Amino acid sequence: MSDDQQTADTIEEKPYKPSSPSSKLNFDGVWEYDDAPQSTEHAEVKEQYDLYIDGEFVAPEKGRYFDSVNPATEETLCSFAEATQQDIDKAVKAARNAFENEWSELEAKERGKYIFRLARLIQERAREFAILESLDGGKPIRESRDVDIPLAAAHFFYYAGWADKLEYAFPGKKAEPLGVAGQIIPWNFPMLMLAWKIAPALATGNTVVLKPAETTSLTALKFAELCRDAGLPDGVVNIVTGAGQTGSTIVNHKGIDKIAFTGSTKVGKIIKESLAGTDKKYTLELGGKGPNIIFEDAPLDQAVEGIINAIFFNQGHVCCAGSRLFVQEGIADKVIQKLRDRMETLIVGDPLDKNTDIGAVNSEQQYNKINEYLELGVNEGADMYQSSCQIPEEGYFCRPTLFTNVAQSNRIVQEEIFGPVLTVQTFRTAEEGIAKANNTPYGLAGGVWTDKGSKIFKVGSKIRNGVVWSNTYNKFDPTSPFGGFKESGEGREGGLHGLYPYVKLR
Amino acid sequence: MSDRIEVLKTYKTYVGGNFPRTESGRYYKVYDKDDNVLANACQCSRKDLRDAVVAAGDAQPGWNDRTAYNRGQILYRIAEMLETRKAQFIEELETIGYSNEEAEEEVNTSIDRLIYYAGWSDKYQQVFGTINPVASSHFNFSMPEPMGIVNIWAPEERPLLGLVSVMAPVIVGGNSCIILASEKYPLSAVSFAEVLNSSDVPGGVVNILTGYRDELLEHMTTHMDVNAFFYTDTTVDEEARKQIDENATLNLKRVIRKPIEDWLADDSQSPYFITDFQEIKTTWHPVGL
Repeated sequence: MSDDQQTADTIEEKPYKPSSPSSKLNFDGVWEYDDAPQSTEHAEVKEQYDLYIDGEFVAPEKGRYFDSVNPATEETLCSFAEATQQDIDKAVKAARNAFENEWSELEAKERGKYIFRLARLIQERAREFAILESLDGGKPIRESRDVDIPLAAAHFFYYAGWADKLEYAFPGKKAEPLGVAGQIIPWNFPMLMLAWKIAPALATGNTVVLKPAETTSLTALKFAELCRDAGLPDGVVNIVTGAGQTGSTIVNHKGIDKIAFTGSTKVGKIIKESLAGTDKKYTLELGGKGPNIIFEDAPLDQAVEGIINAIFFNQGHVCCAGSRLFVQEGIADKVIQKLRDRMETLIVGDPLDKNTDIGAVNSEQQYNKINEYLELGVNEGADMYQSSCQIPEEGYFCRPTLFTNVAQSNRIVQEEIFGPVLTVQTFRTAEEGIAKANNTPYGLAGGVWTDKGSKIFKVGSKIRNGVVWSNTYNKFDPTSPFGGFKESGEGREGGLHGLYPYVKLR
Repeated sequence: MSDRIEVLKTYKTYVGGNFPRTESGRYYKVYDKDDNVLANACQCSRKDLRDAVVAAGDAQPGWNDRTAYNRGQILYRIAEMLETRKAQFIEELETIGYSNEEAEEEVNTSIDRLIYYAGWSDKYQQVFGTINPVASSHFNFSMPEPMGIVNIWAPEERPLLGLVSVMAPVIVGGNSCIILASEKYPLSAVSFAEVLNSSDVPGGVVNILTGYRDELLEHMTTHMDVNAFFYTDTTVDEEARKQIDENATLNLKRVIRKPIEDWLADDSQSPYFITDFQEIKTTWHPVGL
């Protein structure tokens, strides 16, 4: 608007100009974003990292190391040790010893104070962790800086406070720790998943052997430094790196009392099967194919932002991503147009640039998998739309993608792609929307968009998912339990309910 | 004594609110304490189980839509019906070797157990649900919701009390179930179905089959529409236990194994048995003007 005050008269004199459904803000050639790189000079990356066992960084017994690649440049970032049976034996022994002689002897309030220290140390070194997370995993710095690392610190802060209050968490029962927890975490939220696993385990009095994902082990080893700096007793937290074989050694280790796993449903089932007949307790946080249901009475602009956030947050590498969009028929064309317009504005590129919305796909393997699904979707007869944005020549980048004209039985609708790929379906009645939403083996999370309160509760209660985001999506908090129905997992993490998997009740 | 010939009961199964015999036409003999034949029980098949799962699936959403208050009242009604048929159950237990006192204690405890869980119907949500003070402007709460369909092995011993103790916490939380009765002593279970049938429990919420565990183990643990498997016997051997766990991986069925020796003891009832068959659902909603 100009500086001149508009009067009622001048408004009336303006010719009426209808806004078309495709109207959008057009910045082409007018505004361009300058580079806004986050400096990396403060974050040190060593050439090679050892295992962290019993309070010390030690070389792996077999002396094998593997490379970790920066997915935005395809260059080797550093190398990590490969832990094998002997290393896991050592780590479990250290954890057992720490559990029996140190950690369980400690007064609960003192245990809590160690966890508070860890929370504070993460906050103090937050930017460094954020940079490393983006370098190693390809996620936008804005996200690692504003979401992953602050939430990780918050998790430690939250669970620290539980340590000496467990008698209030389980009415009528006394909670006792299980012993040594073996924890295996994925590559999509490396530091945050570490916090989800370690914080409740320590608060309830367990000790830990944790394996980060092979493509994103860096922040876990930095976290090992924090454990040392916090003066945490040796052996309470052990970090062992490696790939699937290392994970399997942990799962099958006789000295471990509890397995906590976050990853794919396929691997989760293998783990559940390996634990058959044993007394090991376990939690599984597995895949999803989140339905995001938009009703005609939804606040459309917010809903479009929600859809974008639901599927393109963290390159779509989110187990609870809203990857299946259900739009009520009457508004489908409008919503799809708005989505396309919004997708055009997304910036795909350098994870360390503060303007970047979508960073690099985590690994070459995942990049290939996403591309296979894109091809599959086209072959299944769906219409593919991709944003026309520029993407860097080096590195693993994927344009935000939309599939319309899909069928419920299409593989791109049924299977978890774990990338920035959204399928769009329509529905007429709420019943139809709910039935379609529930029609996968998964049940992790979903969204409902409507301005009608009673509809939110009705639809929310009918969706068979562990998390329902009403008029919002992809929100996380340490006080808020998270976990799946059906084949999306067993058990909850976060909140009061997140304590239960780490205790036995007497 | 009159010369009247007694009318004997045919013991059938209970599926979808009806009393069919097994589709397989098979039977196995049930004996009393003196090894006399008491009845021909149905030796249920995989097909019977599948029919029962369909009935349980049809009934579950409606059962869950009932108010907690209503579910509580229906459980209370089961207790009332059992109380009025006490003599029948005592007599039935005596035929398999219970003394009169023991039989009465089992029936009384069964009735009390139903009342115990009836009372929990509208309270466990308050004890085990939470409102979560998230660090953003959202209203966030977590509530237990039923898993869905639960397959249950009733305890081999305690043919009535065991059955009631595994059934009540499952259904009070809005689940439906298929119960395989005690293999050795199935008659109380079948008679209990008659109690259920006259207690306003919607057909299909509880389905009771009789038959061989070895035969039905695989089908009860692999069925893809079943969400959980529950058993309590301490006598289940390691091999069967492993088999149950392995089969359950197929659709990530929750396996709830609670070895319980003494069903008369107070600690054989607990609200935690209700939450074992619940999933926690967390709902977020923005707060703003």
